[in-house]
Amino acid sequence: MKEEIIIAGFGGQGVLSMGKILAYAGLMHDKEVSWMPAYGPEQRGGTANVTVIISDDKISSPVLNKFDTAIILNQQSMDKFESTVKPGGILIYDPHGITHAPTRTDISMYTVRAMDAAAEMENSKAFNMVVLGAYLKVKPAVDLDGVIKGLKKSLPERHHHLIPMNEKALQKGMDIVEKVK
Amino acid sequence: MEEVSLLKGNEAIALAAIRCGADGYFGYPITPQSEIMETLMAQKPWETTGMTVLQAESEVASIYMVFGGASTGKKVMTSSSSPGVSLMQEGVSFLCGADLPCLIVNVMRGGPGLGTIQPSQSDYFQSTKGGGHGDYKLIVLAPASVQEMADFVDLGFTLSSKYRIPSMILSDGAIGQMMEKVVLPPFKPRQTAEEIIKQCPWAATGKPANRKNNIISSLELDPSKMEKKNVERQERYRIVEATEVRYDEYMCEDADYLIIAFGSAARISQNAVEILREEGIKVGMLRPITLWPFPSKVISKYAEKVKSMLTVELNAGQMIEDVKLAVNGKVPVLHYGRMGGIVPNPEEIVDALKKQM
Repeated sequence: MKEEIIIAGFGGQGVLSMGKILAYAGLMHDKEVSWMPAYGPEQRGGTANVTVIISDDKISSPVLNKFDTAIILNQQSMDKFESTVKPGGILIYDPHGITHAPTRTDISMYTVRAMDAAAEMENSKAFNMVVLGAYLKVKPAVDLDGVIKGLKKSLPERHHHLIPMNEKALQKGMDIVEKVK
Repeated sequence: MEEVSLLKGNEAIALAAIRCGADGYFGYPITPQSEIMETLMAQKPWETTGMTVLQAESEVASIYMVFGGASTGKKVMTSSSSPGVSLMQEGVSFLCGADLPCLIVNVMRGGPGLGTIQPSQSDYFQSTKGGGHGDYKLIVLAPASVQEMADFVDLGFTLSSKYRIPSMILSDGAIGQMMEKVVLPPFKPRQTAEEIIKQCPWAATGKPANRKNNIISSLELDPSKMEKKNVERQERYRIVEATEVRYDEYMCEDADYLIIAFGSAARISQNAVEILREEGIKVGMLRPITLWPFPSKVISKYAEKVKSMLTVELNAGQMIEDVKLAVNGKVPVLHYGRMGGIVPNPEEIVDALKKQM
């Protein structure tokens, strides 16, 4: 098993932490993992992206130009990364903030209205966990249990009371993800 | 069972420093390595092992704090990124002139000048050929994984104190910022004052009545004495060259073509080798782990076997000079590199290799 994922959006949307939790979940499943961020000024409001690899075998390059799955959260990232999904791969996006819908026909596409869901939950911070939930439903490279364990490991203890809220958001994402084509 | 953590390369360096019994860290923040000092500060090792962690007023101050600590036989280190390491070069030369052991970490970013904050390997020349003035060498270790970031801290300190030559961990923004699985080294206590006196008879540890002053200085105005000091130092360098070369080989045995790369470029090149092998092209990769001493002998051995070599570096072609010296004209040596903080993807390296076939 080898899953190569790009997660891209605005800085502040929780792109990097979503990748981190995914990597931790991979760790919980005893997989090899790498988490390679585009670091720097992106973190402060520009575009942010992270490459996460989860694999049975040792990982060579943490830097890639083709991905099994792309999780796209803004138009700039759609422009940049739609073409990088491997044929037969998966693209998941939140239509909120996407002005030009992706046009590829050789990949599977899913939408998750995570921005709306987070607003409905009255918790904007749940946004990235809703998106992650959608990913878990579409491609169970890791399972919900692994993600919860990963959350426990990556969050400092003082934030552990937030785990049930995160679990709810993950579940929400799993429920609302829709196949486009 | 060993505990597996998920850490950034920079965090791994900081935690490994505490665990291997470092006495002091002195530094000044700069992207992409600020997590080293941040992690150390968050860990507060002064409350546990007694390790000092101090943010100096500049890189120049940091390196001279290292000079001071090293003069007393303490295990001391600093870290910075390219522009900051340039500021330290006078101190590095003084450390070498005074034969002081220490560990310097350079998490490289693109240059020259302030350049960019993205990964680069353009400080190869500075690290392996001097950078400061005078005939000196640093023991230069090039980690290609977060695990090696952790492991090379202790290795760097050990080699440095064995030969009284400063060690450098030459990493880059990619390895510093990425997270991978890592098993941290076991805890080692800091050296006691008695142990330091025993192991560093040259150090400024307080003068007992029965010996002369230990003077730590790089200055010697008598040329004959100065030459003697230099000759002795060069002899030590020859021993390091003969005994401390480290490298890693990947699918080299039957290779027709050899990629030579270090650090993050080696990780990406390894992926290129996997792709090329799937296409039936016999490519191997040799990864220098010590950039000085450079693995010239093994490269020269492969020059008898392969059709050509390709160095992959995040620079305009620096290590290629050492490869060419080792190959000595026997086979063509080409270079593929990206600059300015651009990290190549595996496909680019595949294409570069195919071009030279």
